[in-house]
Amino acid sequence: MAPKLPIYMDNHATTPVDPRVVEAMLPFFTERFGNAASRNHSFGWTAEEAVENARAQIARLINATPKEIIFTSGATESDNLAIKGVAEMYREKGNHIITQATEHKAVLDTCKRLEKYGFEVTYLPVERDGRVNLEDLERAITPKTILITIMYANNEIGVIQPVAEIGKIAQKHGVLFHTDGVQAVGKVPVDVQRDGIHLLSISGHKIYGPKGVGALYVRRKNPRVQVAATIDGGGHERGMRSGTLNVPGIVGLGKACELCQEEMPTESVRMAALRDRLQRAIMGSLDEVYVNGSLDHRLPNNLNISFAYVEGESLLMGINDVAVSSGSACTSATLEPSYVLKALGVGEDLAHTSIRFGLGRFNTEEEVDYVAQRVVETVKRLRELSPLYDLAKEGVDLSKMSWKTD
Amino acid sequence: MAYSDKVIDHYNNPRNVGSMPKDDPKVGTGMVGAPECGDVMRLQIRVNPETQVIEDAKFKTFGCGSAIASSSLATEWVKGRTVEDALHIKNTDIVRELSLPPVKIHCSVLAEDAIKAAIGDWKRKQGADEAQASAATASAKE
Repeated sequence: MAPKLPIYMDNHATTPVDPRVVEAMLPFFTERFGNAASRNHSFGWTAEEAVENARAQIARLINATPKEIIFTSGATESDNLAIKGVAEMYREKGNHIITQATEHKAVLDTCKRLEKYGFEVTYLPVERDGRVNLEDLERAITPKTILITIMYANNEIGVIQPVAEIGKIAQKHGVLFHTDGVQAVGKVPVDVQRDGIHLLSISGHKIYGPKGVGALYVRRKNPRVQVAATIDGGGHERGMRSGTLNVPGIVGLGKACELCQEEMPTESVRMAALRDRLQRAIMGSLDEVYVNGSLDHRLPNNLNISFAYVEGESLLMGINDVAVSSGSACTSATLEPSYVLKALGVGEDLAHTSIRFGLGRFNTEEEVDYVAQRVVETVKRLRELSPLYDLAKEGVDLSKMSWKTD
Repeated sequence: MAYSDKVIDHYNNPRNVGSMPKDDPKVGTGMVGAPECGDVMRLQIRVNPETQVIEDAKFKTFGCGSAIASSSLATEWVKGRTVEDALHIKNTDIVRELSLPPVKIHCSVLAEDAIKAAIGDWKRKQGADEAQASAATASAKE
């Protein structure tokens, strides 16, 4: 059966809201519209009860307690609150923060801003497989270090960092550990106790929940972690994040977490099978295609491939009934190819040829087969058009040619 | 980003894709750009030595859809023109014809460079031929 077009396979960017999540949210727009902070009537109590239920659903997914969950507008805000909040709260203890090169911009740009305010930030490089070197990390810690912020799993290449080991290093040196869990939570088992995490950012819309809602886990025991608020006001969320709670969004985030927890054992196996099927179909039919990042430490739903001699945007244009994403510069305004691939040591020539496939809950085998077939035929067609493919076939080493660049 | 219909047409049906023997004295080859910049264009022309008219043109391009369209269009435009006339093709003409957005203007610049490089290569070959020919005549006189 031919799949319905267009096909969405960009689930690291966002995911559709699961219909069961929508159903859970709907009453909170209309008859249960109360403000969760209204303490003196049943409208408020109903909303508050729903929020507390969601807090518990989220906490269960990551092995935390409900009181450790702070609601935000999304993971960018969670990252900002964690990093800036710790920086301000622990300023007297030190001014050094450690992060790494392939973080999301929500972390990197937050760190860059703190540098302007006198903080020192170490940006660790990553290994060829996309993971940080733990010895590098431990060596980077100084008496001034207050925070390590290293993501759980990367949004472009799906590489999972050695989080539990990082947690141990942080504990050993008495440094706080924040991790951006946007891509990992709900996809792989995340356990704040096992992993020694002090702060964890969560997003709703990456796990089949709504956009505009997220959470920050802030540890309350061993040690008790405090963050200074970045948004002041009514003192909501134990003073850490003021603002009227987005009750429908929070209910949706809670439900999305509950579904992820119930379905993870089967869903992660199904995702990995679809991903492997896609990889086999593509790599079995094309030469000179390379997977970027570790295959052993990777989200089950991610595949990131460089198609040598075929520029990424032209490939996207050829598969225009499939929604995937490219690390090519031509898809962005900056004309710089993916900084994540660069950090892995992928040459800029190959970085321009990369495509990210992000599988999701609603993708099927038929869709995977269709996408693989479209990719293969388009790459073949574009290679016929590529002077680089010609040269490579003639045996010319492209890296040794002198290219005229301005 | 939305592409213009003309870019999509050139991308789907690129004109004059292919290669010509680069050692042929009638053929000029221009290769511009760099893989690490995400664009490489190779444009070739075959010139009639009597009339100086570009009788055929071929291209191959590694690059985005706009780069492919710009070079495809360039081959169409140079064919049938004299070498001197082809040198007057400006990147802004390509931008206008393909309705390229500002971030894609470099694609048109590269196409203009490719035309100039191909003509330059052909001219070098003619110069070398004349030099050889005059050298041959000179030595014949002695």
